[in-house]
Amino acid sequence: MQIRFILIQNRAGKTRLAKWYMQFDDDEKQKLIEEVHAVVTVRDAKHTNFVEVWALSSLLWEKNFKIIYRRYAGLYFCICVDVTDNNLAYLEGIHNFVEVLNEYFHNVCELDLVFNFYKVYTVVDEMFLAGEIRETSQTKVLKQLLMLQSLE
Amino acid sequence: MPAVSKGDGMRGLAVFISDIRNCKSKEAEIKRINKELANIRSKFKGDKALDGYSKKKYVCKLLFIFLLGHDIDFGHMEAVNLLSSNKYTEKQIGYLFISVLVNSNSELIRLINNAIKNDLSSRNPTFMCLALHCIANVGSREMAEAFASEIPRILVAGDTMDSVKQSAALCLLRLYKTSPDLVLMGEWTSRVVHLLNDQHMGVVTAAISLITCLSMKNPDEFKTCVSLAVSRLSRIVSSASTDLQDYTYYFVPAPWLSCKLLRLLQCYPPPEDGAVKGRLVECLETILNKAQEPPKSKKVQHSNAKNAILFEAISLIIHYDSEPNLLVRACNQLGQFLQHRETNLRYLALESMCTLASSEFSHEAVKTHIETVINALKTERDVSVRQRAADLLYAMCDRSNAKQIVAEMLSYLETADYSIREEMVLKVAILAEKYAVDYSWYVDTILNLIRIAGDYVSEEVWYRVIQIVINRDDVQGYAAKTVFEALQAPACHENMVKVGGYILGEFGNLIAGDPRSSPLVQFNLLHSKFHLCSVPTRALLLSAYIKFINLFPETKATIQEVLRCDSQIRNSDVELQQRAVEYLKLSSIASTDVLATVLEEMPPFPERESSILAKLKKKKGPGAVSVTELEDSKREGGELNGGGDRGSDTASTPSPSADLLGIRSAAPIGAAPASAGSLLVDVFSEAGSAFSPFLSLFLLISFHTMAKSLPPCPCIVCVWMAFPSFFFFFSFFVFTSMVPFPICSHPLSCGLSAPPSEDPAPPLSEADELLNKFVCKNNGVLFENQLLQIGIKSEYRQNLGRMYLFFGNKTSVQFASFTTTVSCPGELQSHILLLNVQTKPVEPLVEGGAQIQQVLNIECLTDFSEAPLLNIKFRYGGALQNLTLKLPVTINKFFQPTEMASHDFFQRWKQLSQPQQEAQKIFKANHSMDTEVLKAKLLGLGTALLDNVDPNPENYVCAGVIQTKSQQVGCLLRLEPNAQAQMYRLTLRCSKDSVSKRLCELLAEQF
Repeated sequence: MQIRFILIQNRAGKTRLAKWYMQFDDDEKQKLIEEVHAVVTVRDAKHTNFVEVWALSSLLWEKNFKIIYRRYAGLYFCICVDVTDNNLAYLEGIHNFVEVLNEYFHNVCELDLVFNFYKVYTVVDEMFLAGEIRETSQTKVLKQLLMLQSLE
Repeated sequence: MPAVSKGDGMRGLAVFISDIRNCKSKEAEIKRINKELANIRSKFKGDKALDGYSKKKYVCKLLFIFLLGHDIDFGHMEAVNLLSSNKYTEKQIGYLFISVLVNSNSELIRLINNAIKNDLSSRNPTFMCLALHCIANVGSREMAEAFASEIPRILVAGDTMDSVKQSAALCLLRLYKTSPDLVLMGEWTSRVVHLLNDQHMGVVTAAISLITCLSMKNPDEFKTCVSLAVSRLSRIVSSASTDLQDYTYYFVPAPWLSCKLLRLLQCYPPPEDGAVKGRLVECLETILNKAQEPPKSKKVQHSNAKNAILFEAISLIIHYDSEPNLLVRACNQLGQFLQHRETNLRYLALESMCTLASSEFSHEAVKTHIETVINALKTERDVSVRQRAADLLYAMCDRSNAKQIVAEMLSYLETADYSIREEMVLKVAILAEKYAVDYSWYVDTILNLIRIAGDYVSEEVWYRVIQIVINRDDVQGYAAKTVFEALQAPACHENMVKVGGYILGEFGNLIAGDPRSSPLVQFNLLHSKFHLCSVPTRALLLSAYIKFINLFPETKATIQEVLRCDSQIRNSDVELQQRAVEYLKLSSIASTDVLATVLEEMPPFPERESSILAKLKKKKGPGAVSVTELEDSKREGGELNGGGDRGSDTASTPSPSADLLGIRSAAPIGAAPASAGSLLVDVFSEAGSAFSPFLSLFLLISFHTMAKSLPPCPCIVCVWMAFPSFFFFFSFFVFTSMVPFPICSHPLSCGLSAPPSEDPAPPLSEADELLNKFVCKNNGVLFENQLLQIGIKSEYRQNLGRMYLFFGNKTSVQFASFTTTVSCPGELQSHILLLNVQTKPVEPLVEGGAQIQQVLNIECLTDFSEAPLLNIKFRYGGALQNLTLKLPVTINKFFQPTEMASHDFFQRWKQLSQPQQEAQKIFKANHSMDTEVLKAKLLGLGTALLDNVDPNPENYVCAGVIQTKSQQVGCLLRLEPNAQAQMYRLTLRCSKDSVSKRLCELLAEQF
């Protein structure tokens, strides 16, 4: 019923954003990052955008989870949710988020996420909070972001 | 380096990030970071007060360093300082730092909470949102304590800005999840529900997550949300694609909100109000209609958004399971998706159809897609899609298509991915049994299964085929022939050897007429596999051989020779050696008649539904057949094959030998001595006194105790497999219980003199504490005061135990009228059976300094929570002493350790995921947290301590099966010590919830 984490990784496995909505210790986080990278990068266009990997649940002890991911050029955007959650809604949730980033950073590229990592967190918090979808309107989110941008 | 032109770029930060990116090696990076850390530290420590910008920049650099994976041990205070800046960018970096690097320093927490408090009351929506996001991200107990009462007020206040409401709703949700006790909705409930009507769609989107969570916990209080959700949904669904402007996504109006509304409705049954229901049905029909309309855009985003709503609507339709028309329409829609070019849609359609297959209204409609699904199983490239196809085939299987589906699954098994083989095997086995019309088909299927995927065929599967063969005389000859043929293969799986050994041992005579399968040919075939097999299989084969001697006297000499050779009677494995010796002896000293009686064909088992099946039927999602179900099936299987109600059966069975290799449970305990006695007489009168002592004992065990002492589960096969090894343990048991003692369970008085008339005292206040000392150990001093010391020695095996009680008189004066009474309070009576066996009667007089002993036999009938009571009364110097203790018999004593690999463990763990199957406690350490001490305790508990299972080596993971007469309960345990906090978190998952609970209580006292 809730997002467990959002990860943005590049193909080499470098993390560009890690937003955790559940308590993990640092080792667990590292392991999850590696496992997500391992399962997601081997998949191609003929595969679904969903992975239920039970190896993942060795860390997510409590329940069953799945990764919903989408690849944009060299970046993988991954959202971890419950197995019963709506796959397509989260898949488009990712895309909605990417479109906002794209608009905000004027054709976003990986380096924008690196140099402006602290702003990416703001974008995430506008759209997802406490593991739930907070706002879906791109117009509203961008308006808010531009307003914040203008503040000193 | 990209332009950092956007607004508040921190040039120093960008330069630093560039430097790091330009580092050629890890060492260079670390060097650069250390330099930066030193720089920041000196700036923070410097005399010159830093301005807000510099502080922000350095804190941001620290954050970046932390995110690279380096430890940061300073800067928290500077970050907290930033919170009180009135510049947004400074505040934002401060909050971000704190959200990412949560620190439990209480002084800091006080400062942070203070800053949050100020921002919440600032009436500046930007600052309020920052503060709320911080609470939502951290969600700590301290924050809940400080703000749980404030946030609902912000959420429903009339003048709160929309964006703040959105943040407040989700912030509250977070606090509710982490500290439900602190979030009291009471007076806010109605106003929160009415947020569903809010004009701002963003507020509805955020609030509905909160409402859904609260509805799941308190459905009654929130049930007014149903009609509100329906009308909101109706408005969205019927709006044109442009009506909702900002909330239209690729021509789909408010897809996420629609999904959330449909999700919320799944917390409730169909609306009772006809109008509301009508409106909802209309919505669902509209959604289904829209799926048929031509797309408004070719973009995948459009179809995904549309289908997200469609799938959620179908979930709701399945949840209601009451509208045949909608169910069939949903099925047809999914049917179209099965052939869609998008893999995602094919996958989701298979998944969703699986649940439709279990509805009576849509089962037939699902079946029409069988060819497409079979095709998917064969051609899909993504293994997860193939897996869904297999799940769906399983779910849609019935009598009409079973043969086709089983055949397809079998052929898929030949190439199936290793990850799903075990599950596939189980599914095939279940379908084959469930829909077997002719049993030769069933036998063929299972033997094929063993041939194709022998490694994945679990014991239950081959036990089951044997049970069925034993029970159906019409298939026995066919089974013998088929298994004989299967064994001809040069390389055949060990499970095949087991089935072959068993079936030929029982029914080899049915094919012995054909010279190609004459007795000796059969024997040689079996024996040619012997040396390649593991010990348990060899043990089984030895039992088959002794059966052969009875079936085919002409093989006796050959077999005796085999048994006699050194590799058998001197086998280094005790079990094999013992079997060889005993069988050899049995075959040479027993007359043909006795042999025939002892080794008679197995009696049929009472027919009942397969336990694996029964379990599966209850399950909603037919998807997974799990290891847990197997465990459950084991225990139910136990019942099936010799559980409690077999007792009467046995009593009426005239042939005593039926029990020898049978698993008949013993007659009710009370009747046991008599019937056993008569059997004894029969056997002796028949065979005269030629029996060696060993053999008489052998027979005694077999007739009397063997059956009931066996674990209920592995049934027939187990007797075969485990036969002589029970010998030693139970011999004593047999003899002692043979003594015609009055056996009663409540209360069990064992004093010889008339007990003092006073009622037993209530249990001592420290009785529980004393009991707890024995949870992880079996021997020790249970109780001691100035007069009396009570020591205990106990041993347990399977569901049986024996306890020796030692009563020591510490004084120099005689105790008079010494009596002890053991009783099972309340329900416990039906859960444990106490057999009182005294090697010597308890003397009513216990001399000064003397010790007397008493023995108790214990049988665990079913799981229990209470402990039996031991009351002791005696006179000391004229005064009556009366004390009651709890006997340290706890459910964990009946543990059998279970070794398993990490993979199996997690699979089982995952399967035991029903909330009531789990018990968890977080508690302070009361004893040493030393590793060795902990390990010793966990081993003393009786479970297997599993290494390399938990990814965190600090944690302990254990597994075991509790053996009771009526069932077996699989238990998994995880103990997570936190040395720093001196705390533990203990989690238990058992196939029976009462056991999880009890074990958790018991164990929480141990560490």
